[in-house]
This record gives sequence, structure tokens and C-alpha cells, in this order.
Amino acid sequence: MRLLEIEKLSLSIGAVPVLKDVDLSVRQGEIVALVGESGSGKSMTALTVMQLLPHAARVSGRVLLDGSNLLEAGEEHMCTLRGDDIGMVFQEPMTALNPLKTIGEQVAEGIRWHTRSSRAEAEERALQILDRVGLPETKFPLSRFPHELSGGQRQRVVIAIACALKPRLLIADEPTTALDVVLQAQVLDLLRDLVAENRMGLLLISHDLAVVADMADRISILRNGQLVEDGETTHVLSAQTHPYTRQLAQASTHVPEIRATTTRNKPDNTQAPLLAVQNLTRDYPGRRISLFRRGASTRAVDDVSFSIAPGRSVALVGRSGCGKSTLARMVLALDKPTAGEIRFAGESLTGRSEADLKPARRNMQVVFQDPYGSFDPRQRVEKLVAEPLHLLEKKPSKAERHEMVASALAEVGLGPDALDKYPHEFSGGQRQRISIARAIITRPKLVVADEPVSALDVSIRAQILDLFADLNARLGIAYLFITHDLTVARAITDEVMVMEEGRIVERGPTHDVLDNPQSDAARELVAAAPDLSRALARRLREQG
Amino acid sequence: MRWSIPDSETGHDGEPGMKALTNRSLLAGCVITGLIALMALVSFLWTPYDVTKLVVADRTQAPSLVHWFGTDHFGRDIASMIMVGARNSIAVALVAVGIGMGIGVPLGLFAAARGGLLDEALMRLNDLVFAFPALLSAIMITATFGPGAVNAIIAIGIFNVPVFARVARAGALSVWPREFILAARAAGKGQALITVEHILPNIANQLLVQGTIQFALGILAEAGLSYLGLGAQPPMPSWGRMLFDAQTRMTIAPWMAMFPGMAIVITVLGLNLLGDGIADLLDPKSRRRR
Repeated sequence: MRLLEIEKLSLSIGAVPVLKDVDLSVRQGEIVALVGESGSGKSMTALTVMQLLPHAARVSGRVLLDGSNLLEAGEEHMCTLRGDDIGMVFQEPMTALNPLKTIGEQVAEGIRWHTRSSRAEAEERALQILDRVGLPETKFPLSRFPHELSGGQRQRVVIAIACALKPRLLIADEPTTALDVVLQAQVLDLLRDLVAENRMGLLLISHDLAVVADMADRISILRNGQLVEDGETTHVLSAQTHPYTRQLAQASTHVPEIRATTTRNKPDNTQAPLLAVQNLTRDYPGRRISLFRRGASTRAVDDVSFSIAPGRSVALVGRSGCGKSTLARMVLALDKPTAGEIRFAGESLTGRSEADLKPARRNMQVVFQDPYGSFDPRQRVEKLVAEPLHLLEKKPSKAERHEMVASALAEVGLGPDALDKYPHEFSGGQRQRISIARAIITRPKLVVADEPVSALDVSIRAQILDLFADLNARLGIAYLFITHDLTVARAITDEVMVMEEGRIVERGPTHDVLDNPQSDAARELVAAAPDLSRALARRLREQG
Repeated sequence: MRWSIPDSETGHDGEPGMKALTNRSLLAGCVITGLIALMALVSFLWTPYDVTKLVVADRTQAPSLVHWFGTDHFGRDIASMIMVGARNSIAVALVAVGIGMGIGVPLGLFAAARGGLLDEALMRLNDLVFAFPALLSAIMITATFGPGAVNAIIAIGIFNVPVFARVARAGALSVWPREFILAARAAGKGQALITVEHILPNIANQLLVQGTIQFALGILAEAGLSYLGLGAQPPMPSWGRMLFDAQTRMTIAPWMAMFPGMAIVITVLGLNLLGDGIADLLDPKSRRRR
């Protein structure tokens, strides 16, 4: 008997069709992955099962949990199911927890509500489940608040809430997207163990084929609200019969053609480095304990030295919170180092006034992670892309400015019709192109890119990586690529620096470091990084 | 996780009903505010009766075809007095909001941009001004410098400064850490330029909405001051003053209180609707759909 059976599910919200004739089933103890790009209707499928759809939604078809149709169940009945028979894990651990309640209260809340048990009993069970998800009472008492926990720990609390009553069906909507690779591997392991222990069915929603290849028994691929292909995971992913499946699989391991064909030149040691960082340190003052005392300061970046030759593409990888972004900000002269020196094209950046920094800024631009937050929502694209032109010695005339913006947009593959639009009128991938256009409009020698593709879908990600590689080849722009995704590092960089707790612990040519890591930090990253072909190979081996 | 419909970038489509409602509130706000403003403008050229002329024979007459809103205890036409009073109320509130915005907004933006000790000092100073109840400080000022429309304007204006400073600072503080500000800094722009180009446009609708609210509060404050005899001086009619005069005659001439009271309520309501509507209109996400 199937635990969850979705038959011919169609959904529209207002006049927008979201899902069309989706069939899906989950058996007890089985992990089923629902994969698709953003807007494909993955999350809406989950919300339909939970009956948490927006009011304007119209649903047809059947959603059977143990044979009873959830679409016909009343809200009252759903309330007894949610949290008890169906648990849900959300993507964003920062917002999925109530900041005003302790973790104990939040875990015990569902237990008390569903089992009508006393506070003491509920807290006892909360302790057990928190212990099970790896938050033992000795280190994480029930009285902790969410803000006192790290992202990974919070996601464990969310999982504890979802699993506290041993639901028969667990829905995890992108449970690891907000976490770094090492935490991702840990959380996935935990989910897998919980499923095996309690014989739960798990519906795992993800955009990442590599994650899914390792976890799921069966896989369903969704595109524009329609099921493209489904079946046994290893079979679907190794056969890749459907073109869309093949496209997704290729995009997730995409290497830009230019980089794949041309052999990369060895670093030219005779050339002066473009960027040289020496003994760079950044301390953040501790939290104020009392009026006159502060806590111990934290060292975000600790005695870091490195250099980047012109035209080279260097990856800075590390777990979240290791100091990557702080380092990038100091390189961009947006943050002042506590000690050490940054030299760009032979000139020192430290201790310069904003006016003196102008020539350096002109040659050094930035691309941010979030294609939604990196634009002023109230300006048009022309003004946004033209922003760095402020750095030019001679102010360009209006016509010149228009011309420069249009050519920068053409460089990243956007037409001149984009000029008069607002950023919200573009998709995530297009926005990231605009962001790159802004970064290259002054023809810089170095672009610092802070996780520039991690918010994008795999197929869009492949296009943006192509663009980065193309600009590097054509314009000779050097990159400092900050990422936690080793596939990206492999695809586009010549060298890798591995950072851990503010220090650079390993550095070398990309393939050497990633294929044969020396330091513990690098080994940990490589081991945890999801890799489609490796995962498939392993599973095929297991099956014999 | 996309919580709204898949094409979440387009925003509001989820609740078409809500949207029409806010549209309607803009329309209603515009119409009401427009009518009040028109009434005030017309009063410069024409009023049904001369508000300075006392006709004792016609005193406390109930509303009729001759006197639409009735007459007061001096026999003045209430409809005419409300028209003339409107221009007093609007002028006082408008200038007071202007003073509040003109001083408060730059102060708040400056505090947010500089941060640190300066920010702290400015905002505590703000708290000090804010700690005095608005009417109390207005009474203090008018008591010191004498009653009159000008002093009322200044008093209400000073009370507006910390309000706008706070809204501007809070709004600016939430914009400063955004990535596009970082991008602007990477483009070499200084604090002043960033404030003008990026911060101000992004908090403009909050300020405008606050402006309409303060405008409504200004009208209330002016009515309050006039009620206490500290605002516009007779014979200049004012809505608050009219309420004061009506107070002792509530039982015999209720229309004397009813109409100025309604004028205040309707104006405040209209301004609040207008504020709501403007907030929606200024959102660039919804602009494209109109």
C-alpha cells in the first residue's frame, strides 16, 4: 500500500496554471525526490499535500494519504494531520523558527498540541528528539533561542520539530539549500537515518541532481508544472532518456567550453601580480558586555597572504563563516583591515582616502550573490549599470553613457531594450547578467564575485559560468571567485585557495587541490561536495 | 522555497481584490482631499456669507435652505466658517509638515549615514523633544511667545521633527546594509551621494505616507490648539475654535459642534486614505501594471 498517492493533480492560482496532471507516489520507508528548476511547481506540490495553498488556488485530482483524499479533508482534519502524520522541513532555517520562543518550546509545541500531553511529558519527548538530531541537552538545553544557534543547528531544530511525532510522511523542501556543503552532507545523513529508523516516507524537494542522486530511491522530474520523467533514481539519471533530464544533468556538471578546450597557461611568474595581499587580518570587536567592557574580539581573517596574477581566475572556497566574504570586502576596500596590506597593481590600498581609491576602484569591480538584492529597485537598468562610470576621470556625456551601457549589456548578451526596464522585470539569471554588465563597464582588471551563481538554477548557472569564462578569455579579466560549491570552482578557475577559520590552509592549481586535497579542511569540503557522477557510480556499484 | 505563486517576482498578483481596494482608497483619498482643498481655495473668492459680519438676529439657527449648516451664537453662517477654517487648518498643517520634513529628514539621514556616537547623540536629543507631549510643547511655545497661527505652526512643526527624523533614520538603516549600497560604494560613491541617489528614493514612500499621517495629525493638533484658544485668533474662523464655541451650547445647537467635527473627521480620513494609496502607487513593482 502506498503511503502518499498523488493522481492527476492540477493546480492553478488565479489565472496562472501551476501544475498539470502530476502523478506521484511515496511508499513507506522510501525516499522520493521531486526535482525541478524554480517555478516548476515543486513547492506548490508540497503545499498541496499540506493543504497550505494560497486562497486563490484551484485544485483538481486526488491526493491520497493512506487512501483518504486530503483534498476533501476539512481544515480541522488537516490540523490533526499536519505535524502528526505529515511533517515538513523548510528551506530557510533562519525564518522557519520563531525568534521569540526557545527551541524547547517550539519542539514541544506540536507534541503537546497533538498528544494532549502535559508540559513535562512533552519536554521529555522534545529532549529525546533533539538529542536524536544531534543537539544533546548538555550542550543545547531547551532554553536556547534560535539566534543562539548556527544555521546548521537551526535546521536540525526544524527537523526535530517535523519528526518529533514520528510522522509517516516527511516533506523536505530544499532542506539544505541554505547550508554549506559540509552541513548539507550532515543534514542529509540525518534525514536518511531518520527515514530508515521510523520507516517514514520522505518527499525530498530539490533543484540539485547531485544531492538527489545520493539520497533518493525514486526521482520525479518536474518542468513547468508537468512531470517530465519519473522512475528509479539510478536508472533515470544514468540512462537520461528524456532530453530535459540530460540537459539538467549536463548543466549541473557544466564546464564552459572555452576552458575545456584551451589548455590553461601556467602562471607567469615574471609578471608583477595584479593583486597582492600581505598578512591581512581583520578583528571584529566583541559584543559589549557592560558599559565599560567588551567581550573578546573575533578574528574573521587571520594573517592571510596571497597574490593574483593578471588574467588569472582564482577560487576562494570554504565553509560558511570562514571569513571569505570579509576578505573579499577588504580587497574591495569596502572594509578596513586591522593589520596587513593590500596592493593592487603595485599601489597600496590601505589607508587611502576615497578620492585616492578611485583609480583602483575603476579596475576592480564586484558581482554579488543575490541577484535580487544587488540592485536599487527604484532605478532603471541604464542608471544601475552606469553607476561605476562615476569613477571615470571625465564624466561621460549622456549619449556616451547610453552607448557605454548598451555595449556593456551587449557584452553580457542583453539587448538595448533592457535599458529602460526596472530590475524586477528580469529573471534571476538576467539580473545576474546585468550585475556582470555593471561590473565590467569600466573595463576592470579584477572582478570579485561573491557566490555569483549559487542563487541560480542549474541551467542558468551554466550560462552565467559560460559568460564569466568568455569575459575572462576575451577581456582578460582576473577573477576572485568566492564559492562554497566545488563544481563551480572546478568549472571556471585556474587556482583554488581553501580557507578555514580565517586562514588560508591550502592553495594550488584547481585540479590538483580538488583531486588530491592535502589539508583537513580541503578534504572535508571535497568529501562533502555532492557530485553527480560519483554518486551514480557508487550507487550502481552497490546495486551490482 | 517560493511562498507565493511561482512567478513570485511579479509580486501582488496573489490578491487582486486587495489591489483594487488600495486603488479605491487612493481615489477616495484624492477626491476627499481635493474637495477640502477646493473648498479652502474657493473661500478666498466667495463664501455664502461674510464670516466677519455678526447678525445677532439670526443667531443659533438650525440648518435650513438659507443657512445650510445653521448659524452660530453670533449669527455667523457655519458653512462659510468651515470653508474659511479649512484654509487655516490646511495652511497650518502643511507648513508644520514642511518644517518637520525639512529638518527631520536630513537629520535622520545624516544620523544613519554617520552612525556611531554622533547618531547616538542626535537620536537621544530627538527622544528628548519627543518626550514632551505635542500639545504640551505647543502650549509652552504659545504661552511664551503668545497665541496665534504662526506660533501654532512653529509648535506643531517642532513636534514633527523627531517623527520624521526617526522614520528617515529607521528607513535608511534598513537600506544601508543592502547589497546595492555595497555596489554603489564599490563604484566609489560617498555617503552623501549614496544617500541622495539610493537611500532617499527608497524611503520616499515611507516618508510620504508619514507625511500624510502627520498632515492629518497637524490638522488635529491645530484644532486642539485653537480649541484651547492658542491657535488662530478670532475673528479668523478655525475648526477647533468653532468646537470650543459649540461646547457650551451642545444641547440647544448641536449643529454648531457637528459640522466642524465632521469636517475634521472627513479631512483626516481623506488624508489617511491618500497616504495608503500613495504608498501603493510608489511601489515600482506595481507601477508597471497600471
